[in-house]
Amino acid sequence: MDKIKLVEAAQLKTGLPAFKAGDTINVHVRVVEGDKERIQQFQGVVIGTRGSGIGATFRVRKISDGVGVERIFPLHSPRIAKIEKVKSGSVRRSKLYYLRNLAAKQIRQKTGV
Amino acid sequence: MSGILGKKIGMTSVFDENGVCVPCTVIEAGPCYVTQIRTKEKDGYTAVQLGFDEKPERLVNKSLKGHFSKANTKALRLLKEFRNVDSASLAIGAEVKVDVFAKGDKVSVTAKSKGKGFQGVVRRHHFRGVGLQTHGQSDRVRAPGSIGASSYPSRVFKGTRMAGRMGFANVTIRNLTVIQVILESNLLLIKGSIPGAINTYVEITK
Repeated sequence: MDKIKLVEAAQLKTGLPAFKAGDTINVHVRVVEGDKERIQQFQGVVIGTRGSGIGATFRVRKISDGVGVERIFPLHSPRIAKIEKVKSGSVRRSKLYYLRNLAAKQIRQKTGV
Repeated sequence: MSGILGKKIGMTSVFDENGVCVPCTVIEAGPCYVTQIRTKEKDGYTAVQLGFDEKPERLVNKSLKGHFSKANTKALRLLKEFRNVDSASLAIGAEVKVDVFAKGDKVSVTAKSKGKGFQGVVRRHHFRGVGLQTHGQSDRVRAPGSIGASSYPSRVFKGTRMAGRMGFANVTIRNLTVIQVILESNLLLIKGSIPGAINTYVEITK
């Protein structure tokens, strides 16, 4: 396994903010349109993280125009320019899939914000 | 054409220049040593014999000891001949490293596939079974069906696909792309999967 880590090590990002389920984060995503590149922000509640090494991903949920939107990001993807931790939450689960069935007010209460 | 021997390490993924996550297999390839060169005059065919994976001297029998000392190499676990490798630039005892490949090369990978044991025709040959589970039928869901006609030919043709041992056969996958070559640690990254279990010996040719 050490040799696989050796391969992955070159691509792993350092200096990522520590965040976990329940936290609110702002993900700066690089979007390529034609030959132009711009940054798009995606702010929401982290509802779970999974995996380790290069395959680690996290799932962010937000309510956009009244519609729930979830995105899964590879943690070490070069398309992610920056991750900012906006608020830390306090929850008792590692996967917050139950937030999908809650109203915005209940989500605020549940994530302790 | 060039070839090398290696060992499957496992799978991971890398991000390419567009940020796309590409699945890849890590192979520890080489360093290999040229242990013998077959020539048209002497052997009737041309080939280069490569050796890979050092082993302790005490595990080598006398005949192999002589073979290795002739090539002036260390004792090696695996010896394989490569028929189409260009032998002009190689001398006996020469070292062959992963840098015979470069990023973007199309390679073939040969290895012993994972053994699956005795398997039925559905798993082994992708038959679809015969009958339903209901309507009074039993034992027909994964059955092979007819294996031939009756009075003529009165026998089952050779090669008829039936249940039996599956896997643990030499499998070659061609046209695999080299994603990365790491010379310092003798590692080769190949896009996609390759046959065999972890620690299986593999043959890579270009």
